[in-house]
Amino acid sequence: MIKVGVLAVQGAFVEHEYILNKLGARTIELRQKSDLYKNFDRLVLPGGESTVQGKLLKDLDMFALLKEKIINGMPVLATCAGLILLAEKISNDSRAYFKTLPVILKRNAYGRQLGSFHCDGIVKGIGQFPMEFIRAPYIEDIGSGVEVLAKTNGKITAIEYKNQLGFAFHPELCEDYRIHKMFLNMDLQENS
Amino acid sequence: MKFDEKQYALNRELAQMLKGGVIMDVTTPKQAKIAENAGACAVMALERIPADIRAAGGVSRMSDPAMINGIQEAVSIPVMAKCRIGHFVEAQILEAIEIDYIDESEVLSPSDDIYHIDKTRFKVPFVCGAKNLGEALRRISEGAAMIRTKGEPGTGDIVQAVSHMRMMNSAIAKITVMREDELFNEAKELQVPYELVQYVHSNGKLPVVNFAAGGVATPADAALMMQLGADGVFVGSGIFKSGNPAKRAEAIVKAVTNYKDAKMIAEISKNLGEAMVGINKDEITLLMAERGI
Repeated sequence: MIKVGVLAVQGAFVEHEYILNKLGARTIELRQKSDLYKNFDRLVLPGGESTVQGKLLKDLDMFALLKEKIINGMPVLATCAGLILLAEKISNDSRAYFKTLPVILKRNAYGRQLGSFHCDGIVKGIGQFPMEFIRAPYIEDIGSGVEVLAKTNGKITAIEYKNQLGFAFHPELCEDYRIHKMFLNMDLQENS
Repeated sequence: MKFDEKQYALNRELAQMLKGGVIMDVTTPKQAKIAENAGACAVMALERIPADIRAAGGVSRMSDPAMINGIQEAVSIPVMAKCRIGHFVEAQILEAIEIDYIDESEVLSPSDDIYHIDKTRFKVPFVCGAKNLGEALRRISEGAAMIRTKGEPGTGDIVQAVSHMRMMNSAIAKITVMREDELFNEAKELQVPYELVQYVHSNGKLPVVNFAAGGVATPADAALMMQLGADGVFVGSGIFKSGNPAKRAEAIVKAVTNYKDAKMIAEISKNLGEAMVGINKDEITLLMAERGI
């Protein structure tokens, strides 16, 4: 059985678990360091507030171990705040977290909640997909090896890089499970 | 403006992103920064925290927009602000300054003793207080995208928040086991739309996120509300009325994340300094929870 660790320090992690369970995967909530020693071979970084998640990862001493797993090739699905945690550089914030994804990202790129929006767009390899952007970031620039999976109004909003899948929008908030399926189909040994 | 289903979904979803987090009352940009650095998932900008509103008495209103702007500029997390119950012009003003969430709050003096704001006419989301399921569903039918318990603000006494959360949960549990033909009467009893009762019946929960608020003063209080089923916690006076706000704020954030781990909560509860003094609910004459039902 596929076992997915879902970062559960803050945010919308239950939504991911619901979909992954529906697709037959087992989920393990990662709330503290001891959870990281449980048996899982994939990782979800959910939406929420990146500042809170980033701080708790460090305070709860989870950061280094998780970073190691990502660098060693564990497949990662990151949405919104999760994508911010992966980004190498944030153009409008001095903070950065795992820095395992060579992109420059802009936080709260569409402004405050009044700038949040819904649209349908094309995700490479999947097709038309409903996209919820909630105080969302977008990607301003990518490094070599990063593949663009989606653009929204000319801005990059989904990428794939080695073992990392990142989305500025929230596939966990819709009833279309194709992105989660794509994540569960990622090769485990890739880049490890 | 006409009710926009898509916007309402986005507004409910923003509340989903706040889950498992702590929303803190702040009165200055400096406090907002302390809250953000301590791990707040959002801040509530207001001129006076509930404990001081209580002490000052008189009429308490929406905060100065300049003060709210100052806080918006200080932090990158969502900023909420309060308007008086029924005061739709205060809400229009808060929307005009692009607040992320409006709290139509019983902490301020109500501006209308019958009507709440028609929140379906706004693009910006609203959170409202409720002390039982009827109130919660009425606020949702008016367009609230998030609910919180009322508790008894500014007291540091958790008893009301506990009782409101328990009342809501037991009313929800009761509806889930009802026969379908009993739901019509339940809607009548609760004075809420039938469709919302039907939703609760099939899903066993509110259609929006439900936070705890009103009286949270310690990490243990926060964890108690989480174990009782809250999606997250508001802390008003509990942080900046205490001896060491930054340390207490951090501890409450960690207690919400690991609310079932008593060992960890014991550890983070050590040497927090003085908690807010608190007022027993029987010692107060003004029950804010009775405002707006």
